[in-house]
Amino acid sequence: MIPAPFEYVRASSVDEAVALLGEHGDDAKLLAGGHSLLPLMKLRLATPAVLVDIGRLRDLSYVEERHDHVAVGGLTRHRDLESSPVLAQHVPLLAAAAHSIGDPQVRHRGTIGGSLAHGDPASDVPAVLLATRATVVARGPDGERAIAADDFFEGFLETALRPDEVLTEVRIPKLTGVPWSFQKFTRRAQDWAIVGVALVRNGSSGVGLVNMGSRPLRAVAVEDALASGASVGEAAALAAEGADPPADLHAAPEYRAHLARVLVRRALEEATAR
Amino acid sequence: MHVSVTVNGGRHDDEVEPRLLLVHYLREVRGLTATNIGCDTSSCGACTVLLDGESVKSCTVLAVQADGSTITTVEGLAPGAPEAAELHPVQQAFRENHGLQCGYCTPGMVMAAVSLLRENGAPTEAEVREGLDGNLCRCTGYHNIVKAVLAASRMPGATEVPA
Repeated sequence: MIPAPFEYVRASSVDEAVALLGEHGDDAKLLAGGHSLLPLMKLRLATPAVLVDIGRLRDLSYVEERHDHVAVGGLTRHRDLESSPVLAQHVPLLAAAAHSIGDPQVRHRGTIGGSLAHGDPASDVPAVLLATRATVVARGPDGERAIAADDFFEGFLETALRPDEVLTEVRIPKLTGVPWSFQKFTRRAQDWAIVGVALVRNGSSGVGLVNMGSRPLRAVAVEDALASGASVGEAAALAAEGADPPADLHAAPEYRAHLARVLVRRALEEATAR
Repeated sequence: MHVSVTVNGGRHDDEVEPRLLLVHYLREVRGLTATNIGCDTSSCGACTVLLDGESVKSCTVLAVQADGSTITTVEGLAPGAPEAAELHPVQQAFRENHGLQCGYCTPGMVMAAVSLLRENGAPTEAEVREGLDGNLCRCTGYHNIVKAVLAASRMPGATEVPA
């Protein structure tokens, strides 16, 4: 399978990428690691006229401890997340979710920014951002703005990013020593999650769901139940409340709802045992 | 679009269409046909090569993305390749442990195994199985492939890739 023809431009800075996006408008797409975009282009589900390659902006690849949060550059690869000592100490949930993505070859290329900008409800990292109340930073022609994870995922493959913005950074509150769990149910090792759960068990627990709707979701009913002292069983029973799980060849919505309840219970049990 | 790459130790400058995939560049422009195309959807791993020393699925990388990089295919893996008759330790281990049947997945399996051992020089059996989860073998030969990679991990030079 061969992508439709396109013009290829390499950006040497974020500002240049923003300018190129402004110039080409909706015809242009950013290319980072290419592991969401290129498969779509090969299937001709995406046919951008211009690809703006930001894959060489190495200064956007970092994991840094900063005061009360960890800052992750938009071009940091999944491989660098799973092996980051900073994340291992302060946000092990993100390292675990990154480790569960695809396979080693995919993790050598795919980036956190590319995955988030793709806005796929079946991706793992969005659930982590929702559970941890993370912030996404985007740079456009008018400078930088911070977007709360809750406001970032707007619909199926739709995010709050404007056509001329580059996702430059993700900021995750430090969760040093906070119990957590990442659960992912797949039929085959390298598959997308049929359902996944990202959990942080702190004062106000966070629960993010993978593949339980047209966009990445928080299990708000579970969070509220935990906040008011519900048991693990009572809270987990609410895992599919308000969700709208998709039907596909892997699972019916009812099966996904069941899986969500089971996986939230397992996540709560695992976090409690940590 | 101009690309300048080092493939199996040799420097090459080529004009390519931006949409040319790395696997097609290797097979059709460079004539290196050991790298197979299996699923063509970044699932099966048959097209795995090393890009700057790390495994990638070359059906999901554009040749222009590899500009300036070093690429190793299975043809360039053994010391002194392609002229030398000697096998790379991972190739040797696959032969000794019967880590293949039809051989279609083998070039990708070998490259994925080299990359795995470069990241984890002494993997457990579980780590080998997990580390190869991006490579499918339809002869169901996983048992001997895992044995081969474990054997290779105990051989000197298993993580070495000719420059």
